[in-house]
Amino acid sequence: MCETNEKSSKKTPRVATGDRAILPEGAKTIPVYIMGKQYEVPETLTIMKAMEFAGFKFLRGAGCRGGICGACPTVYRMAGDYKLHFGLACQTVVEANMYLAQIPFFPANRASYSIEEIGGLPEAIHALYPELFRCVACNQCTKACPMDVDVLGYISALKQGNIEKAARLSFDCIQCGLCASRCMGEIPQYHAAQLARRVYGRYILPHAEHLKARVKDIEAGKYHTMLNDLSAMSKEELEKIYVERERQPDFAEIGWQPKETRYL
Amino acid sequence: MAYTPELQELIKKVEATRPARVAMARRNENFPALTMAERAEVLSQFHPDYQESGKRKVSVGPNKGDVYQEGVAKLLESRSMVRPEKVDLAKVDHETDVLVIGGGGAGTSAAIMAANGGCKVIVATKLRHGDSNTIMAEGGIQAATHECDSPYYHFMDTIGGGHFSNQPDLVAALANDAPLSIAWLESLGMIFNKYEDGRTVVRHCGGSSRKRMQSSGDMTGAEIMRVVRDEVRNRADQITVLEFSPAVELLLDTDGKCAGAILYNMETREFSIVKAKAVIISTGGFGRLHIKGFATTNHYGATMDGVVMAYRAGVGNKALHSTQYHPTGVAYPEQNVGLLITEKVRGLGAHVLNIDGEQFCFPLEPRDVESAELIKEAMEKSKGIVTPTGRVGLWLDSPMIEELHGPGTVKKELPAKFIQFERHGIDISKEPMLVYPTLHYQNGGINVNGNTETVLPGLFAAGEAIGGVHGENRLMGNSLQDIITFGRRAGKNAAAYVKSGVELKKLTLDHVVKFEKELTKAGIENPAVAPILLPDYATDEVAERRWPNARTEAEKTA
Repeated sequence: MCETNEKSSKKTPRVATGDRAILPEGAKTIPVYIMGKQYEVPETLTIMKAMEFAGFKFLRGAGCRGGICGACPTVYRMAGDYKLHFGLACQTVVEANMYLAQIPFFPANRASYSIEEIGGLPEAIHALYPELFRCVACNQCTKACPMDVDVLGYISALKQGNIEKAARLSFDCIQCGLCASRCMGEIPQYHAAQLARRVYGRYILPHAEHLKARVKDIEAGKYHTMLNDLSAMSKEELEKIYVERERQPDFAEIGWQPKETRYL
Repeated sequence: MAYTPELQELIKKVEATRPARVAMARRNENFPALTMAERAEVLSQFHPDYQESGKRKVSVGPNKGDVYQEGVAKLLESRSMVRPEKVDLAKVDHETDVLVIGGGGAGTSAAIMAANGGCKVIVATKLRHGDSNTIMAEGGIQAATHECDSPYYHFMDTIGGGHFSNQPDLVAALANDAPLSIAWLESLGMIFNKYEDGRTVVRHCGGSSRKRMQSSGDMTGAEIMRVVRDEVRNRADQITVLEFSPAVELLLDTDGKCAGAILYNMETREFSIVKAKAVIISTGGFGRLHIKGFATTNHYGATMDGVVMAYRAGVGNKALHSTQYHPTGVAYPEQNVGLLITEKVRGLGAHVLNIDGEQFCFPLEPRDVESAELIKEAMEKSKGIVTPTGRVGLWLDSPMIEELHGPGTVKKELPAKFIQFERHGIDISKEPMLVYPTLHYQNGGINVNGNTETVLPGLFAAGEAIGGVHGENRLMGNSLQDIITFGRRAGKNAAAYVKSGVELKKLTLDHVVKFEKELTKAGIENPAVAPILLPDYATDEVAERRWPNARTEAEKTA
């Protein structure tokens, strides 16, 4: 199913390979308006693949093509309707008579800081982003978010000084900038959220004690000889201990210990 | 698109076998895993890497005589985007201590460590800073941080998963540094899934003997990337990031040291010359070459640029014939085709099933074995499920996660995946997913030692671009660890190299001249021009209407 038909490489093979879209025999096309200009594209494609089908080659406006990098925020409207819709070009399916434009970049203000010095208090965040208090709670940010993040919710939490809540609510943010593009208060929501998450991870979420102990052991060279010995083993020797090694059961409780403890 | 009535009818078979399978999982019983001999057999018959078709030997360069997939061989035998004799290397546009090529997880970590080492750094990246495979990695990052585990077992699982073809010093570096990477990320403010006392939540992955996958929801790579990128942005005084400016050729000095690179501004089509005392290649993998026509999980820019540039400069590679097909790429709906379903789904207990709702493999074999078993079930046994668009898939029974770990677990543990399917009318906490292997990872890459040094003085490399860490098969969660471990090592070692006192002589492109002469001598006519930078998805109809033969001047590489 995935083989490219190499003999007919001059013709697009009639099966979809890689990311190149094809128009199957008898398939219907629909009109879409890319920045106001009409193109006929197959149904069921994403906006991104439909634009490529139409002949566009992306430089800006395409990244991971999997809904997580934030490179392809897109604004669209259906013919005859005033309502604006927002989505990622790689995740939104084309519809007939869609008018669309991408916003690959938005000039949002980002404040610089030192994670070492900032500390875990909300006042530091307020000082870096005083524009947070320009929020009028219009909720356009939340409506624009393609990841369904409660943007207004985390901005309100930040204003109230609840860093943990802001970090949790903003966790799915992919920093595409659509929130900032809609903000009456000109707030760079996603930069403030990034700061809140790092402050939360660094100063509020407890650090792992077992990790500290392990780091100390590694820095003292505890595993040096063990790893050198393994590195020097033949394939046969390695294979033997590999096959015999004990597997931690799937539902083992915290505190489970293996029978062999010499190499821990 | 929600499941069609035909597919919904088939889902009933999955539901019929589920209670017995859930009961079995609760007893800690699994479908039996394959023996080593059985693994070898299924791989040789059904894994694309092990099949003979579509491969050939390369006839030039450091790996002359080695066999690669056609798409890779073509790029190793390619010529430069510039005519070396016409480039004026006296006009230097930027001078720096360390040039990092590639702004994903490895390059960004390297930049921070090089800056920590007192260096001025330039990061040159093809798309935006952070556009990379790092950001797409979902499941987690391996590190032996827990008491019942140690780097010893991490080493063993990694080298066993790689069929003992890994480069041991790299595996040792990975296993040793892994907990240090986690501590570093924690100190930068990364949010890991933790218990109330700060203990990290860990899970199994395919081929692990201990639970050591730490994660951050199901967007671990995205969380890593946004944290390290944010840190770089805080260090603008030391680190300059040049976006949409990929390197297209390495520069050497007359002593034969690596001394910088030519950058190409893809927006303005201008070239520029960076003179650097040390260069780090962290350009990622090659998924966008679509080897054998497979769909890919990779980001838009994954076109093997670093390997190509290093090759012309005399730096060879290993294990590049080996491609990781992730066993569970999306096969339905069409909009998500090729995208990855994290192994965490199987780590949480979901079974892989055929059209009759029956298990046919242990769900957590090493990835290549698992992929081969899926291809076998669909292709040889014809027990796959055919989608309305003519693709084939197998069921991944996500709803059983809810029964094993309680209602709401799917949404809590796999939020991004849940949203992605919900968008298309599929509730993966109630309905299984259709999956098929997808091109996921470049197992091989540039030759380096444990200190990330290449044979070319001043050239370091890290991340997916290097070869040997994973051998011929990578375990889940080892790529994010590879990125951080070797990214950090590359930055640190490059800084130490610079601080040891490097004096650059006159810049030269003689290595390119020499390589292109070799191409001619080998009789390679019309070699490709590479790095290709971006894949071309124009349809043939569009390409024809561009009148390639009729227009006055053929369009230059974009």
